[in-house]
Amino acid sequence: MNHAPITGAGASSGSYKSYAAGFILSIVLTVISFGLVMSRVLPRPAVLFGIFGAAVVQMLVHLHYFLHLDSSSENRWNVAALIFTVLIMVIFVGGSIWIMYSLYYRMM
Amino acid sequence: MTTDASSIDSVRTGEIEHPDTVANQVFGFWLYLMSDLVLFAAIFATFAVLRHNYAGGPMGKDLFHLPYVFGETMFLLFSSVSYGLVALAMRQGNKALVLRWLVVTFLLGLGFISLEVNEFYHLILDGNGPGRSGFLSAFFTLVGTHGTHVTFGLMWMAVMMGQVITKGLTTPVQSRLLRLSMFWHFLDIVWIGVFTVVYLMGVM
Repeated sequence: MNHAPITGAGASSGSYKSYAAGFILSIVLTVISFGLVMSRVLPRPAVLFGIFGAAVVQMLVHLHYFLHLDSSSENRWNVAALIFTVLIMVIFVGGSIWIMYSLYYRMM
Repeated sequence: MTTDASSIDSVRTGEIEHPDTVANQVFGFWLYLMSDLVLFAAIFATFAVLRHNYAGGPMGKDLFHLPYVFGETMFLLFSSVSYGLVALAMRQGNKALVLRWLVVTFLLGLGFISLEVNEFYHLILDGNGPGRSGFLSAFFTLVGTHGTHVTFGLMWMAVMMGQVITKGLTTPVQSRLLRLSMFWHFLDIVWIGVFTVVYLMGVM
């Protein structure tokens, strides 16, 4: 049996520094999200913009620091699959909301 | 025929012969995660459509307690980071350290699931189960699907602890630990969407 450590694309190429950076950024972004909603100081559209912005940034932080996804050539197909999936998700979720709210509006 | 026989032998012994095998397994698992993301997109779309259909029942701000959700989020985030330490210990070939961080990750994941089951239990006990309204049906489907994924991740982790103890850090075991790390970090990313769309927007 081969006991040598395996290397390659994906989750194998992290370091203490990258996990610590991802951890601190994630904590800060989570506190911002919960703080925006719980403090109730900003108007509703600003809070919505803030929590969605923080969520997208935190997802990118997790992809970069925890899943080690970047634009290197060994990750190219992983990124291509992710971009295609995000496109499908946007059509799926956006299309559903568009259709159902249009239906709701016309049924009033 | 001889190549067929040798490939069957290599399957039986669990040896990985081809140098690209681990990379192919990682990429194949990544494609599975992307298809799982489409499943979550479908459930998120359902929740987005039904989230105001209260049927005279309770709304999000009557049911959700944000400090509690923040606690769940921290359990999952800490478990994600401690799994990162599993991956680092694995690269050093330190079996004892791998096991220690696997146990820590498992307990943090178990803490998350316990909080979620407790939340569901009290919702159902108060008559706010999935049958109460369209909003609650969509809520239980979305949060429950994520929780089911975490539960299966915990089962996988328990199996991997057994494999690390009995087989050691062989190449197939390392490859499985690597794919479990992708699954675990992926579930944390989905949770960011869940706490933003379900809980934070729910109490606004």
